[in-house]
Amino acid sequence: MISALAIMALGAIILGAALGFASIKFKVHGNPLVEKIEGLLPQTQCGQCGFPGCHPYAEAIAKGEADINLCPPGGEEGVRKLADLLGREVKALNAEEKPKQVAVIDENTCIGCTLCIQACPVDAIVGAAKQLHIIIAQQCTGCELCLPPCPVECIAMVTIPETVDNWKWKYPVTEIRKAA
Amino acid sequence: MLQLFKFKGGVKPATNKVQSVTLPIATAPLPSRLAVPLHQSIGGTPRPIVEVGDKVLKGQKIGEADGWISAAVHAPTSGTVIEVGLYPAAHPSGLTAATVVIEPDGEDRWIDRQPVDYASLEPEAVRELLREAGVVGLGGAVFPTHGKLTASKTVPMEEMVINGAECEPYITCDDLLMRERAEEVVRGAGVFRDLLRPKKVLIGIEDNKPEAAAAMTAAIKALGEAFKEFEVVVVPTRYPAGGAKQLIRVLTGKEVPASKRSTDLGVQCFNVATAYTAWRALAHGEPVISRLVTITGNVGEPRNWEVLIGTPMDELLRIGQPKPDTDGIIMGGPMMGFLVPDTKAPVVKATNCLIAHSPTLFPPKPPEMPCIRCGECARACPHELQPFEMYWFSRAKNFGKTQEYAIFDCIECGCCSFVCPSRIPLVQYFRFAKSEIWARERESQAAEGAKNRFEFKQLREEREKAEKAEKLAKAAAAQAAKKAAEALAAANAPETTVAEPAPDAPSAADAAKRATIEAAMERAKAQRAAAQPKNVDHLPPAVEQEIAEIDARQNQAVMANAAPDGEKNS
Ligand code: SF4
Ligand code: SF4
Ligand code: SF4
Ligand code: SF4
Repeated sequence: MISALAIMALGAIILGAALGFASIKFKVHGNPLVEKIEGLLPQTQCGQCGFPGCHPYAEAIAKGEADINLCPPGGEEGVRKLADLLGREVKALNAEEKPKQVAVIDENTCIGCTLCIQACPVDAIVGAAKQLHIIIAQQCTGCELCLPPCPVECIAMVTIPETVDNWKWKYPVTEIRKAA
Repeated sequence: MLQLFKFKGGVKPATNKVQSVTLPIATAPLPSRLAVPLHQSIGGTPRPIVEVGDKVLKGQKIGEADGWISAAVHAPTSGTVIEVGLYPAAHPSGLTAATVVIEPDGEDRWIDRQPVDYASLEPEAVRELLREAGVVGLGGAVFPTHGKLTASKTVPMEEMVINGAECEPYITCDDLLMRERAEEVVRGAGVFRDLLRPKKVLIGIEDNKPEAAAAMTAAIKALGEAFKEFEVVVVPTRYPAGGAKQLIRVLTGKEVPASKRSTDLGVQCFNVATAYTAWRALAHGEPVISRLVTITGNVGEPRNWEVLIGTPMDELLRIGQPKPDTDGIIMGGPMMGFLVPDTKAPVVKATNCLIAHSPTLFPPKPPEMPCIRCGECARACPHELQPFEMYWFSRAKNFGKTQEYAIFDCIECGCCSFVCPSRIPLVQYFRFAKSEIWARERESQAAEGAKNRFEFKQLREEREKAEKAEKLAKAAAAQAAKKAAEALAAANAPETTVAEPAPDAPSAADAAKRATIEAAMERAKAQRAAAQPKNVDHLPPAVEQEIAEIDARQNQAVMANAAPDGEKNS
């Protein structure tokens, strides 16, 4: 009787130690759900969702503090993906969808005040004090955050034109004849 | 005799080749203008190096290759550059692309051509020469040829395949090239052989081109010992035997998956026309400025023409005497080609055939019907894919699933659409799905980059903030220490006059800072003085006193603000 109890107790202690070790060793850093959500957000970092960047918005969604339809750059498709991931209802986006744009600086007007550099969340603007500033189109996410600080209003948003390189084949539009 | 392998699937559409092989190759007349697009190959877009008004010679370089995988472009004739800008492209989108438009002067004057003896050059120099001469795969893929001429370091080169199969209906330009210029094709293939050093060179030709096969065999024999590892192999006619992967499969039994390069399997494939242009480039110093184009379909005189790159398609088609009911131009063959949206578009290096389109020749497809899952498409697919599954998921825009069904292994050969009893335009769905997947891939890469830069910027700002706080804390500590020392000094030596603060390094900076602040304050004062209200001359004394008090308060406030804000103003 005693030996049986001792064996059970020993077993409990060993298993407990193993579990404790495993929980330290295999601890998951960060919240995997937040990362998954963030992976679906477009990383425009524009703050239009009301949060200072995509990561904070992902955290808020994960905590259930924010709705899933607040990210205009993600569009309806983004809402759908989030709904799929989280098992929630698809909702209408609470803003209108815009075609993707990039910011362009008018080189004749820029006074080189560097304010737009400070505003750009993704370091897509290069320039130095009193020098003409330039936006690297490939890195611009189109967040529009550099527009308000510019004292001479020389930054404009332009829609990315369709070229032979980014052109996409269209969805085939064919009428389907009813099978009799 | 070589043991041939088979590829699965394939179809046998009407070949329609006999029409255009009766006449020999002729040189197309000089067009009124030549529009040479800069981007004519896979890879980087060449930069234009000529300007409007420049006089150019035939063969003069007008676009500099950008990056290693890119190829230069050249003026096809002598004349004047009249435009460098956007021009309709030979592309299914009908969009415009960067193009150099040249008005020929009619003299067709060459640059100083410099033939080289490639055997005396380093392989690297030969590749560079081919890149400079704009030699690209002329079978339709237009991959820069020099990029394919490096053997894998680990896998020995077994076979080199020269593709003369030309399986697409209507097209006969490779056929005629082999018949009339076999020797130069073989010599060009010899250049590739010398760079890649394969054990065997297999020239695959479909059995419906016996004249071409005979001409090539004769050329190899005439060239003698140096070409002893060359062999002409006649392969059965079955579309798409001329697909690079199918021909490799038939001749060597090797299957090249989409994820691998063929050199990793010890095999490489070139088109016959590519070999020909490579030889012209090295042995004659002629860059790629023209190519053979089959003009056929609904025309009075189907024939192969030597056409300058940049010739407008509508102008070119006219020499074939199109019949009155012609309503469009197909570039490429009927299986893989496309209806050119704007017939002003120029002939490019990828243009092997122009087919005059008419409703009688290509009757409109009856409407698509639902898929009955008969499996015909899967039986016809040369890559053993399951088109009906890929169709289903492309249609539902479930792109992840299409990739699970290996949509990127699809070569868009059109066999599945050809056999589908429900007449579903399957390839259109696959092209749609592929370009959507590419677009998403680009977007997610951009998002990843943006995220990294955003995080880096935040990190940097945090670090700067911390550094600044540290600096401030240090300054405050120094200040406090100084004060304490002063107090101590004052207590110890009450008689002596207070010593000037020692001008040590930080206080020198401080002094400079203070000077700027003072200057700024002076300026502010001057501004305020300038902005003094003018009508204060005859005020009652009470009001005057009020004003004076306000002024004093303002001055005090300015002083108080300026001191701690020194950091901000500097
Ligand atoms: S609106 Fe969308 S893209 Fe903009 S910060 Fe919020 S989650 Fe990011
Ligand atoms: S904010 Fe405006 S003026 Fe200032 S650097 Fe940027 S673009 Fe130039
Ligand atoms: S051939 Fe057409 S109908 Fe038959 S399974 Fe394929 S897609 Fe469906
Ligand atoms: S188009 Fe693609 S799916 Fe259809 S038969 Fe050809 S390789 Fe197969």
